[in-house]
Amino acid sequence: MGFQYLRDVVTLELDNDKCTLCGMCTKVCVHGVLAIQGKGIQILDRDACMECGACAMNCQVEAVTVRAGVGCAWAIFNDWFKKTGVSEHQTTCSTE
Amino acid sequence: MRWGIRRMHYNVPAGLYAVGEPTPESPVLVTANYKLSFDLLRRELSGKDLWLLVLETYGINVWCAAGKGTFGTPELISRVQKVQLDRLVKHRTIILPQLGASGVAAHRVKKATGFRVTYGPIRAHDLPLFLSNGMKASATNRRIHFTLRDRLVLTPVELVGAWKPSLVILLLVFIFGGLSGQGFSLQGALSRSLSPALIYVGALLMGSFVTPILLPWIPGRAFSLKGSQIGLLWALIASLTLASTWSVGSIIALFLIAPAITAYFAMNFTGCSTFTSLSGVQKEMRIAVPVIILCIFAGGIALMLDKFL
Repeated sequence: MGFQYLRDVVTLELDNDKCTLCGMCTKVCVHGVLAIQGKGIQILDRDACMECGACAMNCQVEAVTVRAGVGCAWAIFNDWFKKTGVSEHQTTCSTE
Repeated sequence: MRWGIRRMHYNVPAGLYAVGEPTPESPVLVTANYKLSFDLLRRELSGKDLWLLVLETYGINVWCAAGKGTFGTPELISRVQKVQLDRLVKHRTIILPQLGASGVAAHRVKKATGFRVTYGPIRAHDLPLFLSNGMKASATNRRIHFTLRDRLVLTPVELVGAWKPSLVILLLVFIFGGLSGQGFSLQGALSRSLSPALIYVGALLMGSFVTPILLPWIPGRAFSLKGSQIGLLWALIASLTLASTWSVGSIIALFLIAPAITAYFAMNFTGCSTFTSLSGVQKEMRIAVPVIILCIFAGGIALMLDKFL
């Protein structure tokens, strides 16, 4: 119930050896997944991550990594069709 | 326009805009050239003096454009250089919407242009407070929500997107209704396709309108699973009303096909939500898509057997 999506699927990873504690990743995350606690970054709520990639994008030292993408069924359908070469069908969101 | 009608032809030319009477000390806000965002921003900022740097995102909003990189580091860097922002303002800070962060690497912008990127609040409504507060956004302004109102304004997009395939499906329903052991009859088509057509439209609405509205209260995590429950409920209602005189075979088909249609349209709402991940939706689809196809196929066989045996 509520706004929780599937469990244990998220690809978010941390490398605290690289982290400089700049705090940028905690600022850009819209779900408050990351926080500085003690001497490193912690994942507070892994399942709340939507893999938007903002944290990894704004990490200068690549301490945060995630396979970023859009959690959209239409975009994934498009991907499937492109791979099989069935159609170049485009939806509103993916029109360049 | 938000409904997706001619949305792709509704953008603001990229470039630098003035709100009020900005000076070289005034803050610089960056946004996408989606007209709804642009207008909203100008409305929320009326009475302030500042610069608005509009990026070329081809009429797409900040979040979606950031997701695919058009609201991104290269475009921001080249736009800052093109308008010669460093000669226009004395300070070296640009304010970006937080939702743009998935497309922009702040440190690379700083390196290339000298401008420091500050991520502002998610909602334009919170901008005036952010600006007067020394550019600090509170933790709540940094969290995204998905309110009933958010979901309501997003549902028409799904409905508009569904009308074309729906016309084809309704045509198929009509043709199938007209077929019988004796061939095709228009009379039969008219009398036998009305209820199935209404049931289809109902299933569509259950998936792309009712499920999104009730989203947080329906058990389960996968959108298709949530949708299938509403679809089952719809099949039950239909079996007592529109389909009360149907044969056993048709009722079986109803309970297989209606929830599958609803699940499909509910699954398509993942792209409108603010909390689904790529990995999650991929996992959901790997299971849901085959199940949906199987249910519709089995329902189709039940209908065939019922009609021609």
